Amino acid sequence: MNKLEAKDVNLHYGEKHALKGISMGIKANSVTAFIGPSGCGKSTFLRCFNRMNDLIDNCRVEGEILIDGRDIYKNRINVVDHRKKIGMVFQKPNPFPKSIYENVAYGLRINGISHKKYLDETVEKSLRQAALWDEVKDDLKKSALALSGGQQQRLCIARTLAVEPSVILMDEPASALDPISTAKIEELIHDLKDRYTIVIVTHNMQQAARVSDNTAFFYLGELIEYDETSNIFTNPAKEATQNYVTGRFG
Amino acid sequence: MQKVKEKIIEAILLICSSITVLTTIGIIIILAIETFQFFKDVSIVEFFTGTEWTPLFANKKFGILPLVSGTLLTTFIAILVALPLGLTIAVYLNEYADKRFKAVIKPLLEVLAAIPTVVYGFFALTFITPILQSFIPSLAGFNALSAGLVMGIMIIPYVSSMSEDALSAVPNSLREAAYGMGSTRLQTAFKVMLPAASSGVIVSVILAISRAIGETMIVAVAAGQEPRLTFNPLNSIETITTYIVQVSMGDVPQNSIEFRSIFAAGITLFGLTFILNNISFWMKRKFVQRYE
Repeated sequence: MNKLEAKDVNLHYGEKHALKGISMGIKANSVTAFIGPSGCGKSTFLRCFNRMNDLIDNCRVEGEILIDGRDIYKNRINVVDHRKKIGMVFQKPNPFPKSIYENVAYGLRINGISHKKYLDETVEKSLRQAALWDEVKDDLKKSALALSGGQQQRLCIARTLAVEPSVILMDEPASALDPISTAKIEELIHDLKDRYTIVIVTHNMQQAARVSDNTAFFYLGELIEYDETSNIFTNPAKEATQNYVTGRFG
Repeated sequence: MQKVKEKIIEAILLICSSITVLTTIGIIIILAIETFQFFKDVSIVEFFTGTEWTPLFANKKFGILPLVSGTLLTTFIAILVALPLGLTIAVYLNEYADKRFKAVIKPLLEVLAAIPTVVYGFFALTFITPILQSFIPSLAGFNALSAGLVMGIMIIPYVSSMSEDALSAVPNSLREAAYGMGSTRLQTAFKVMLPAASSGVIVSVILAISRAIGETMIVAVAAGQEPRLTFNPLNSIETITTYIVQVSMGDVPQNSIEFRSIFAAGITLFGLTFILNNISFWMKRKFVQRYE
């Protein structure tokens, strides 16, 4: 069974038809990249998986999105509980204006966990997983806003890992970072694959080729092609994909 | 010719803007001169430490503390009303309310600040006080409690509108981060948005406090004219502003010590609000730096 499954998903922003009949399955413990030119709907589609589109007025989603076989757009689903199981990392690092420690502990605290030792352990474990521990272990009380952009983004990943989601959605996680920070994030994605199912939206084709197992190419709200990453980049079935990955448009 | 015209216009504009600055300087100079004269007759130590204020009696005592306590007491009650209500309204408008609803409600709330304060004063005296007296028989006819409560309602929009502005200025990415972590609306509002907007919220509260300290008509009408060093809100008290009104409207001769006492009281009031405004100005700058 696929970890994530979309069945004929259509999405409208008011009059605008932003996603057109998208169906795809994503396997557990894999990295899937969504590529395509700006405005093609890849971020919008990513945000369907944790219902972040609910925050936008006039946004309507039709079709089914299944996670472990359960439709998350059914009424009896508790959106808040659902989002706890699906981590999300955003384009711009967005740590809370709190200390490094409190950022990572946030997800546990809102679940009512306040046991000091457990929090300490989880904070350390998550920061280690996000490859940030060695850089911040001596100033966990410092404001997260004092960190560099790359460190902030890894902190946001640690914050997500602390609540042990099964899926991590990444919306262009490295687009605001310098090459060294980007390399660290990519390495991290590679390490996290064993335990998590990762979906990453990226504008950077090399990045998609480096980190992902499968790649989906979107264009004008449609899923044009979805295949193993090596096929997409070396032997795509559709001409539009070929044109995009070779840089002829987009 | 064109050049001369430009020069004239520039001069006119300069004069216009100087008027406000000169007025402020003029006020400060007058306050300072009269206060200086006042302190020739009254010891400055007695003024700031004395616990009796009886300038209009035969036995004159000039201890400002009863007036300060009256001012702080009514202000404290007002903030006790305005802070929780104002913050709740701000959070509701920012996080829960429909955008169209917010567009209607926010200006409507600001009308509260536009009601003439003398109306609030009589509302406190003739409506709130009798109602409170039916619960609290010992409540005086003129009292700090009802004046403070009504003043609290008046300053709600200072807290709610400005706090809402501060909340709106928090980048949307933080809200997304909070919801993405599986926060409820309440958690998003109180654990992420409010802390992120904290300096703006503090500015709004400080300005509301300044407004309450300087408020005159409500306390003059409803709180009484009995300078009394007390923090019991059921009593009749007198604030600094009320005292100034009382003397200005009475038949105290110019250049008498009673007359000069209002300048000393005025400069105390000015000092209080000046400090608060500076704190809020400083906080505001800090806030802008952080998010831009």
